[in-house]
Amino acid sequence: MNAPSKFRYISTDRRVREDRRFVVGKGRYIADLAAEGMLHVALVASQHAAANIKSIDASKALAMPGVHAVIDGAELAAASEPLMNGLDTPNVRRHPLAVGATRYMGEWVAAVVADTRALAEDAAELVEVEYEALPFVIDAEEAYTPASTPVHPAHGSNVLLDRVFNWGDIDEHFAASERQLSLRVTWGRNSTVPIETFGVLAQWDPWGQVLDVRASIQMPKYADQIARALRLPMNGVRVHYDVDVGGSYGVKRGIKHSVLVGYLARKLGRPVRLIEDRLENMRSGDAHGPERIFDIDVAFNSDGVINSMKMRALDNAGAYAGRAPFQLGKPIGAIVGPYRIKSVRYHAVSVTTNKAVEEAVRGFGQSPTNYAIETMVDRVAEAVGLDKVEVRRRNLIRKEEFPYLIPSGTRYDSGDYHAVIDKTLAHVGWRELVAERDALRARGLLAGIGIAACLEPSGGNSSFEPLLNPKNTTTTWMESCRLNVDALGTVNVAIHTTSSGQGHETLVATAVGEALEIDPDKIRVTRPDSLSSLPGNSPVGSRMAIMLGGAAFHAAQKLKAKIVAIAARRLGCAPEAAVYREGAVFHGDREVSWDDIVTIAHRHFHELPEGAEPGLESTYIMQTPTGLELPTADGRVQMYPCHSFEFHVVLVVIDPDLGKPELRRYVIGHDCGTVINPHIVKGMTLGGIAHGIGATLLEEFVYDAEGQMMSQSFMDYLMPSAHEVPRVEIVHHCTPSPLTVFGQKGSGESGYLGAPAAVSGAINDATRPLGVRFNKLPIRVGALADAVADAREQRKDSAP
Amino acid sequence: MKVSLTVNGETREIDAEPRLTLLDALRDHLRLTGCHTGCEHGVCGACTVLIDGAPARACLLFAVQADGLEITTIEGLAPAPGELSLVQDAFCETHAMQCGYCTPGMVLTAHALLRDNPAPTRDAIVDAISGNICRCTGYGQIVEAIELAARRLAGSNAPAKGDAA
Amino acid sequence: MKAAPFEYSRPSSVAEACELLTRDEDARIIAGGQTLVPMMAMRLARPTRLVDIARIPELAFIRDDSDAIVVGGATRQAALERHASLAARLPLLARALPWVGHAATRNRGTVGGSIANADPAAEIPLVLVTLDGSIRARSTRDDKVIAADDLFEGPMATALALDACLTEVRFPTWSHARMGSAFQEISARHGDFAYVSAAAQVALDGDGKCVACAIGVGGATAAPTRLKAASAALLGGRLDDAATREAIAAEIAALDIMIDPHASPAYRRRVAVTLAHRVVIAAHDEALSRTPA
Ligand code: FES
Ligand code: FES
Repeated sequence: MNAPSKFRYISTDRRVREDRRFVVGKGRYIADLAAEGMLHVALVASQHAAANIKSIDASKALAMPGVHAVIDGAELAAASEPLMNGLDTPNVRRHPLAVGATRYMGEWVAAVVADTRALAEDAAELVEVEYEALPFVIDAEEAYTPASTPVHPAHGSNVLLDRVFNWGDIDEHFAASERQLSLRVTWGRNSTVPIETFGVLAQWDPWGQVLDVRASIQMPKYADQIARALRLPMNGVRVHYDVDVGGSYGVKRGIKHSVLVGYLARKLGRPVRLIEDRLENMRSGDAHGPERIFDIDVAFNSDGVINSMKMRALDNAGAYAGRAPFQLGKPIGAIVGPYRIKSVRYHAVSVTTNKAVEEAVRGFGQSPTNYAIETMVDRVAEAVGLDKVEVRRRNLIRKEEFPYLIPSGTRYDSGDYHAVIDKTLAHVGWRELVAERDALRARGLLAGIGIAACLEPSGGNSSFEPLLNPKNTTTTWMESCRLNVDALGTVNVAIHTTSSGQGHETLVATAVGEALEIDPDKIRVTRPDSLSSLPGNSPVGSRMAIMLGGAAFHAAQKLKAKIVAIAARRLGCAPEAAVYREGAVFHGDREVSWDDIVTIAHRHFHELPEGAEPGLESTYIMQTPTGLELPTADGRVQMYPCHSFEFHVVLVVIDPDLGKPELRRYVIGHDCGTVINPHIVKGMTLGGIAHGIGATLLEEFVYDAEGQMMSQSFMDYLMPSAHEVPRVEIVHHCTPSPLTVFGQKGSGESGYLGAPAAVSGAINDATRPLGVRFNKLPIRVGALADAVADAREQRKDSAP
Repeated sequence: MKVSLTVNGETREIDAEPRLTLLDALRDHLRLTGCHTGCEHGVCGACTVLIDGAPARACLLFAVQADGLEITTIEGLAPAPGELSLVQDAFCETHAMQCGYCTPGMVLTAHALLRDNPAPTRDAIVDAISGNICRCTGYGQIVEAIELAARRLAGSNAPAKGDAA
Repeated sequence: MKAAPFEYSRPSSVAEACELLTRDEDARIIAGGQTLVPMMAMRLARPTRLVDIARIPELAFIRDDSDAIVVGGATRQAALERHASLAARLPLLARALPWVGHAATRNRGTVGGSIANADPAAEIPLVLVTLDGSIRARSTRDDKVIAADDLFEGPMATALALDACLTEVRFPTWSHARMGSAFQEISARHGDFAYVSAAAQVALDGDGKCVACAIGVGGATAAPTRLKAASAALLGGRLDDAATREAIAAEIAALDIMIDPHASPAYRRRVAVTLAHRVVIAAHDEALSRTPA
């Protein structure tokens, strides 16, 4: 930290309270929850990229002892509404089970319910489905052409979104620039792939008319969507938030699973549970991440100053729309990265193809966009023959320019990018690092340095929704918290969401402890179910430090005001004259203790100030600090309020014969404002980097030309192990946000937002002397070595 | 068929189909749910248990194969209710987890490593946990936890010096 | 992801195991199960009966013969890894074993299982082929020795009859004073099956001339391949010259390289040459550092 802390608990080295239950195996995950008489679901999956369903014969399956039901898409569709689309695309209908036709390999055609999962799988094998194979489209560019086979014929084409935004005087800036260049980079289809698959358990109470739902969920508006789809009143759905989620990072949005299981539980009158197995998770969990092609034209001067950028982003959304297209919208809030690019043309295209469905992934489209922007800046540096750090320095927004309005309408809250970079490079020893790279090169190795300067927009609102869907006029995106001091004076805090490793209990205990000046370890944090909850929008958009931390703080402030009012009456002074300190209230040398205040609040109505309610309780529903307006007609909008900054430096070494990149050194400079819990932020950052390394080098959902998915298991979808993740050095800096209660910004996506750009940049630096370039992620060992071998061969040939 | 499983020192008999994995037997029959299901095909390590003291994947063993073997699960590590083993405590100290899903497997693997090699190098730690995938942490704080546990272990074995332990 | 139903037997002798295998042609042996169980979980394998040989005492042993280390078919990889004389007598195997999966899979996985599974990129088969070892296989019909050369027929295919039980594996040992060995492989991640692996063991005379040489490559071809011609050509030479690489390259140039989506055939061929050459050099350097007898 760069300033002595003014906090008591915030930013201090405190344990994360959730860890205690996890280290002893007492987390409460969805698969750990069993209900009396529970039935199990397995799915019948299509093996075709696209096909009409001619018939489904479940008689053999139903004849098996222990099998309770087999349902198909027609039955479910008749009893439920289609799942929600983000965009206004009513003819792209999605149901949990395919209706009439299947649109990607692995799509669920029927669901089998049996006494055990093993039996359900046995029966699923006996369901006979007759298909008629249909033409299909796998490639996004092809899907974008009018001649391509539409995945949804009723929609008329494969185009879900095709919109050009012009922010600023693009043509003028291009004309006035000395230089231009173009590039294309491709982000491969990968995802966060949590180690816990998605699971949901539903139970219907026909007398109480309530559907109880427990799920490993991380999703805004989950209860609303289940209620809508199943045509239940929202207070007929009770989502239990006291379920530990075994990792999500965006993707745990099993709405189709939940609607299916909710329906089955009602139909069968028994609790029903569906836990995806790994195959179902990989091929049909609706949890793939963005797959994106970027085409960029950039206009700049010979001194490396970038003036304007035109970017086309073409996203392969897979077979259904969902919220995938919004992942093209969120990056609009940081479309110029940390740079003073004056104008931008952004062409956002989302198409359907016969691949599995795309869902929200860590950063909601920001990491691919950052990879594109940073690769562009590297190219500019190369073109003007300047050091790539220097080119960044020349383009970075300066500290004194904040709050800084970018062309697409977002105001960045605060930052000191130059300071973070200077600090990081000083820690690295930049000159020494360059010397080390050159020494490695002299030894015949390929060696390269990659850097990335990236933003993490945080405090998520939903401004991309009205921006991309005019029928959506949502500007409210709140989070809430309730505090209650009980009759014996202990503090209880209620939060209204599930968590998937973010440490929310620690977060709110720390925030409330800070505000009330009491030991956070003495505060109990609970998670009421959705029927007892205040409204919220779940941990998405890197928002909880800001929004849940903020709501908790504000609730505590309200509570404090009540406490002070109660004490002031006893002290015989005006509340403004009373001082709150560590749970007690003072006026001059007189004091009312915490216990006294609790007694008055709970037992001495006669001592309460006039009009005060008994008890000590407060709630706060917090709206995001910014993003309160609808977008302008030309598509400018305030996206997320806060902007964390990260600067990555990576040294990569590659044995040219083998092609396997080794990350020799990894340093990240990180500024996410005031850190609430340093362990949590560190973990997020390290985990994000590991995930980014995976996306850059290893991970991809590969489809072959027939639309068959080639990476359905962990044998083919490769995630980094401890061997593949280097030791990472973190350099801290703190530029508080003026918009948040403690100056905090988000860190839930940190590391991931810059790692792919930095690692790929390092590899490209390493192979640059050979004239070899990699513009597509992941960069695999074999492809890397083959390109290097070809280049060497050519050099040999062209040598005199 | 009848299978007798010895888990955390206690022998219990269950009625199991041969196809029931040890993982499902522990979770569904013995309700030891700290052993987690990640992939069911032997890659992720979330299901790690100790068999005769050595880490193994519970999803790659049918329960019938395991009868008579000494199985230790995460539930068998804490010295007493409410207490933590030294390794578990070190994991809490460095925050060597986020969602906690891989954690039981990591903790058991760390226990086995430190028993065989009380002063492992960083490389030895990395190698030992490399068969367990963690999607949250990037492994840094897990390695730190095991290093910390090793240091404390060394301290706890040192000749008594005041209350240094 | 649950296996299809099957019957389970745990015979107490090899003879009994063979009986069971003969009676049911869809019965399969399970020992460590580290490869079979995932296949069963995905229902890509559906044996009607598993014959569990893991606890047959006559199959779990490690014996130091004068010219070989002989290992029972159901011996755990981890047990072999810890065998006291392994590093001195079979240094090549000692170097290869840490590359086999992960510690947790080696604790259950068996030596015989890895061989019978015959993954083209598996380390233990490569060492067996490189050192020209053999296995013994017993069935109700016969009890025979199969040379490594005749054993591996292709990816997941061996000369082992379906009703046979692999009872022992024989890794020949060398007695030269100046012996060196090396093992290297390249894969996407440490612990994954290799794109290419290479093993070499060489012995030098007091003068530094090669008197014994065994080189093998895995992952590149449908089954592990011993580079016989190159090994023969290098006898009597010094190994540290350009001729070594040429001999290796010439032999690998003639091999049928496997085609699969993970790496191009060109990659596999090139890297096979590179790694084979590197392991020979490393083995040579190690041998050279040893004092002559
Ligand atoms: S669940 Fe056993 S290794 Fe993944
Ligand atoms: S803590 Fe979540 S997978 Fe390791």
